[in-house]
Amino acid sequence: MSLFLAALVVLVAGGAAALAASARPTAALAIGSASAAAGSAMGLLAAFPALRAPPSAWELAWAVPNGAIALGLDPLSAVFAVAVFALGLAAAVFGAGYMRAHLARRSLGAFLFFFNVLLASMAVLVAARQALLFIVAWETMTVSSFLLVGLEHEAGAVRMATRTYLVASHLGAAFLFGLFLTLGHAAGSLRFEAFEALRAGSAVPATLLFVFALVGFGTKAGLVPLHVWLPEAHPAAPSHVSALMSGVLVKMGVYGILRVLTFLPPAPVSHGLALAAVGLLGAVAALLLALGQRDLKRILAYSTVENVGIIALGLGVGLVGAAGRAPAVAALGVAGALLHVWNHALMKGLAFMGAGAVVHGAGTRDVERMGGLLRRLPVSAGLLVFAAVALAALPPLNGFVSEWLLYLGLLDGGQGSAAGTALLAYLSLAVLALVGALAAIVFTRLVGAALLGSPRSPEAASAHEGGPLLLAPLAALAAANAAVALFPGQAVALLTPAAAIVLRVPAAELAARLAPALSALAGPLRAGLALLLLCGVALALASRRMLARRDVRAAQTWGCGFSAESARVQYTAASLSELALAAIAPRALRPVETPARPEGLFPRRVRYAQEADDPARARVFEPAFRAVGEWFGRLRHFQQSRLNLQLLYTVLTVLALSALLLFHQRGP
Amino acid sequence: MLLLRTVLHLAALLALPPLLLGVVNRTKSIFAGRVGPPLLQPYLDLAKLLRKGAVYSRTTTWVFRAGPIVGLAAVASAGLLLSMGGAPAALSFAGDFVLFAYLLGLARFATALAALDTGSAFEGMGAAREVTFASLAEPALFLCLLVLARATGTLSLSGMLGPALPGAWGSAGPALLLAAIAVFVIALAENSRIPVDDPNTHLELTMIHEVMVLDHGGPDLAFILYGASLKLFLFGAILSRLVLGRGDGALASEALFFLGVLCFAVGVGVVESVMARLRIVRVPQLLVGASVLSVFALVLLLR
Repeated sequence: MSLFLAALVVLVAGGAAALAASARPTAALAIGSASAAAGSAMGLLAAFPALRAPPSAWELAWAVPNGAIALGLDPLSAVFAVAVFALGLAAAVFGAGYMRAHLARRSLGAFLFFFNVLLASMAVLVAARQALLFIVAWETMTVSSFLLVGLEHEAGAVRMATRTYLVASHLGAAFLFGLFLTLGHAAGSLRFEAFEALRAGSAVPATLLFVFALVGFGTKAGLVPLHVWLPEAHPAAPSHVSALMSGVLVKMGVYGILRVLTFLPPAPVSHGLALAAVGLLGAVAALLLALGQRDLKRILAYSTVENVGIIALGLGVGLVGAAGRAPAVAALGVAGALLHVWNHALMKGLAFMGAGAVVHGAGTRDVERMGGLLRRLPVSAGLLVFAAVALAALPPLNGFVSEWLLYLGLLDGGQGSAAGTALLAYLSLAVLALVGALAAIVFTRLVGAALLGSPRSPEAASAHEGGPLLLAPLAALAAANAAVALFPGQAVALLTPAAAIVLRVPAAELAARLAPALSALAGPLRAGLALLLLCGVALALASRRMLARRDVRAAQTWGCGFSAESARVQYTAASLSELALAAIAPRALRPVETPARPEGLFPRRVRYAQEADDPARARVFEPAFRAVGEWFGRLRHFQQSRLNLQLLYTVLTVLALSALLLFHQRGP
Repeated sequence: MLLLRTVLHLAALLALPPLLLGVVNRTKSIFAGRVGPPLLQPYLDLAKLLRKGAVYSRTTTWVFRAGPIVGLAAVASAGLLLSMGGAPAALSFAGDFVLFAYLLGLARFATALAALDTGSAFEGMGAAREVTFASLAEPALFLCLLVLARATGTLSLSGMLGPALPGAWGSAGPALLLAAIAVFVIALAENSRIPVDDPNTHLELTMIHEVMVLDHGGPDLAFILYGASLKLFLFGAILSRLVLGRGDGALASEALFFLGVLCFAVGVGVVESVMARLRIVRVPQLLVGASVLSVFALVLLLR
């Protein structure tokens, strides 16, 4: 615990030092990045042992009414703290290289300060054991990330994105206030221990609180349809901040839901079903929306929404299993979800930073203007291909392992149960298969359009690789992904105590429930993946040997007789997804097309434009906000900015309050 | 005995697949009233390709060279998970069919990326079609396998296609029949056969799988051809055991199994001879139809 606190001190002090050194940007960048990296490394060392250790606690008095600085690390906190610090470390190093381009343009002191504050606030958030501290950390996290996203605030699109993010976050936070006030009222204290005592009784309206948590935390986590801020904010932020937001910040929403679940009485089946349905349908919708995007980081942001959906599905399966007395199903669901939290942090951290390096090299975020980057940026684009394979959940990488656990959970759930539940489980499993296949389309399209083929623009043709500070964290993250893929059993074993807290069973019992899956992971499944690698290596060697002494020539791509090579004839990202969108997507999720068909005998110019707007944003939230705005606009009538009127309002308010007070004293 | 059977199956897995292509072609030639190529022609083709050099496009990278290798390695690894003739597979565990399906997915991903690496419009077209149709075929395949899992009460491919299958025909015959029809449709789609794709077409605009491999040659093309025949064999193996999985003794069930695989190849040839390919916009409807069929099978089973 003391190491954990020291890490927080290093983060905040380093951030303050970077702020103080604002006048010398190079020094500030060095101080900020070094302290963020050092603090994250210390935090990682502190959090990792806590995964399997008994809970520890630390407390300090706080002058704020009803407040106390109560921190604690239990396995559940540690799972998320490990993710925060691991990704924080990589992002800090990446940032040291990535932000150099900004050195000449702006003072980075404040940015670096808030970067460290963001890391520290997320660490405090997962360790908070008191509701007020939790909310303060939550808001600090929101505000600091808001400021980080708004780094390039000169651009109108960035300002719009940050505003969306701030509004969405605060509307979500309103539900959290409701949640914690209700809990505090029932428990008589704002401490988490007091909340935990509630789970035995029926003193709290569990369904209401579950809905509060689902909306409040779900907004941050990006559960569909509350995800609207996510595809706006992620592209606007610098890439290492996007990586941090997508990899761990949205997971704070998942953590919140998990933590609140430990306060409530055992969840009924309906809660689990709701969570699973929101997750699964959201994942499908997010992938279909991703197919219409042409901004590289926006595609990745939608993939984040998809992965959070998969995590929600796992938790939902876990809750249904626990409620339905199917402990093996519950164990597989929750363990799969937690492993996916880690996996997604590593995969998406790699993907966003890889995309950052690619965008840095190519000078554009538009996949239709990229192409051929794997040739020009072999390391960063190569690692982005690696991340794409992992994110498409393809074997032998780690994304497959966590999804396999979820498949197994659904399968177990279907196999042993009555007709209705079984059909539901089987259909969910088929939809999960659809999610996997759609993710494969999304990443085929991303890699194919952005990295393969020939360059579609002069910028892409002159792309250059970034320095070692950009590439080293990418390589480290890829190694971490590979490590989870190679040792999935060990990773699940590390997560078992945390899953036991969520499911409220002894860790040993949970480990026994997971044993069959773990032995498959360690035995035949690993053997299968090893055989895959072995086969691949053997074939590669065979192919190389066969071609060694033969005629191997380079020529131009076969154009079916058309020999004038041009990058313009390549299949574009839009055309790659056209068939899939037409065949699978409902109309609301398709991009709006404005084709201008060729006319006349000698058509001159043909245009085709496509715009993908988020339906949740365009059809739900924008009209709703506009209606609310108009409604409140009527109140402007009262706001005349005349002194006598304002005084009248003040007097009236005081009178009304006094009357209320009087009435209250006389009353019962 | 079991070891002997496993060795036999591995040998069959390695040696038989090109024969299936030969059988399909021979069936088609009989229908067309031609003499047709020799049954063993695909082996000769493979041997010829393996002896050739290669030409690589200047736009391509390692992704293009990795495509055929990853594709074949993935399909071959998937083959090790598949039980043949009722005997357990070399590798088997609860939930192994998920790995099976995802390995086929990996092969597809690698092939599609290799196609896109050439920067050719035609190959892009093929890749887009392949991944789109696969995304509809995959849920259908999972549903069919779930019917098998529920009917036999097991979670591994070896169990689903193992000794419990004959008994399941007695208790859940109609459901298994529907699933078998759906598997046949999926097999045609996944292996790019008529009515989804025509392997003999000469117009790049209408191809799916063939157009993705236009730029591959020499040993790479041999890997691709062999991988494609291996995939056909895998689906044939599932279908053969599913439909004919009745033999009691080891010898009888093995004989029935290999007969079934050959019948599958003949069936593919017959379909290819008597049907035209569907328009590409109709293909999704066919695949959704297969999914609906397998959902019906599930409902029948769970009722």
